[in-house]
Amino acid sequence: MAQDLNQMEKQLEATCWELLQEVTDPEIPVISMVEMGMIHQVRVNSGIVIVEVLPTFVGCPALEIMKKNITEKLVEAEGVSEVQVHFVYDPAWTSDRIAVDARDKLRSFGIAPPPLDFKPGDSWEVCCPYCDSPYTQIENLFGPAACRSILYCRHCKNPFEALKPIY
Amino acid sequence: MADMVRVETVEQAKQNQEYVQALADLLFQLADDDFILAYRGSEWLGLAPHIEEDVAFSSMSQDMMGHAVMFYEMLEALGLGKADDIAQLREAKDFRNAILVERKNGAGDYNDNPHYDWAYAIVRSYVYGLHKQVRLEALLQSSYVPLAQVSRKMLTEHRYHLMHWQVWLNQLANSTPDARHKLEAAISLVWEDAGELSDLGPNAEQIVRYGLIAGEELLRQKWLNETKEIFKKAGLNWPGEPGAASERGRAGEHTVDLEQAVATLSEVYRIDPAASW
Repeated sequence: MAQDLNQMEKQLEATCWELLQEVTDPEIPVISMVEMGMIHQVRVNSGIVIVEVLPTFVGCPALEIMKKNITEKLVEAEGVSEVQVHFVYDPAWTSDRIAVDARDKLRSFGIAPPPLDFKPGDSWEVCCPYCDSPYTQIENLFGPAACRSILYCRHCKNPFEALKPIY
Repeated sequence: MADMVRVETVEQAKQNQEYVQALADLLFQLADDDFILAYRGSEWLGLAPHIEEDVAFSSMSQDMMGHAVMFYEMLEALGLGKADDIAQLREAKDFRNAILVERKNGAGDYNDNPHYDWAYAIVRSYVYGLHKQVRLEALLQSSYVPLAQVSRKMLTEHRYHLMHWQVWLNQLANSTPDARHKLEAAISLVWEDAGELSDLGPNAEQIVRYGLIAGEELLRQKWLNETKEIFKKAGLNWPGEPGAASERGRAGEHTVDLEQAVATLSEVYRIDPAASW
């Protein structure tokens, strides 16, 4: 019996991860919160699902929307009686957590992904998400969201955004 | 003699009332500093020198307010009331922010001829930010593990705030004589209050004894050394030892500016504290 229950919870946990693939970042709708590396853990305990989320930026106003979207999505699943979303800060979210194959999706949305393996002291060089030119300049460190900056491509003359390296 | 403990959870903290008291005293300082300065930043909305700056400054203020929320939530976890109530229902005398962050943005009011001082905004944000950097770094070693964890997160974000203000400082320092003059006047003004930033309040001894944060003198020296370096690189004269206002914000003494800020920021909340947002 106990083993069956355990098996069921494992299954429900897997279902939750699948469903979370459909919950997108409200400000970047092409990429899921799982791909953003923001889902730290999913635990199931007698029908109660606990999702641990790592915020990209603490002051992000989208956090409450994410919480709501996660809850609404998971509560649909069979066997779920309650959904709790906890924001946790250990481990801290870093931009290397973004899934490698999600980086192209960001580009297609006009957002340059953050550099991989960024270290303190490295200079932040950004290639244009449209034409891949490195001939770009930062126009504003803080764009429409704290996690993004506004840049301008001097090659294809397009403005674009870039996700800041967080390390 | 530091009572070096490692407190992993809020339940563990609550086993020692003295520890809780020292922790709460420190959290109020951290929260109120960020909250009130973020509020002053929000008062620049629509008034910053250009639209890009407007976007950037509001974004940073929002982020800083997010940091304040985290500290208020830690106070809530300690059993000191709801985070929103702590932020919005206290009177000015219950705030523990340094006087520097409560000063108005300049002449006039937000809705009535705001002749705000942009140079003051730059210098205040930057000098405060440099101190916050030192403070967050010190908090990484805090005996209260949850506080060390959130500080680590805040540091990753805060460095971008500093980069932003550094650009402005350098630009003004190397611009026209008028810009330079305004910048120097702003430095003098900020310097009248800045010395209070590393004040840990009347309970400083306990705060340090319990290993919650490094001592005042250490914080102060590190912060002054870094600020000195930055002023030097920008070609600015070092203004010497920073002073402190006659009121001591860390002890709950404040100027009328804070009363105005608290009244304005909590006006809507006070109409119906039970409303769901």
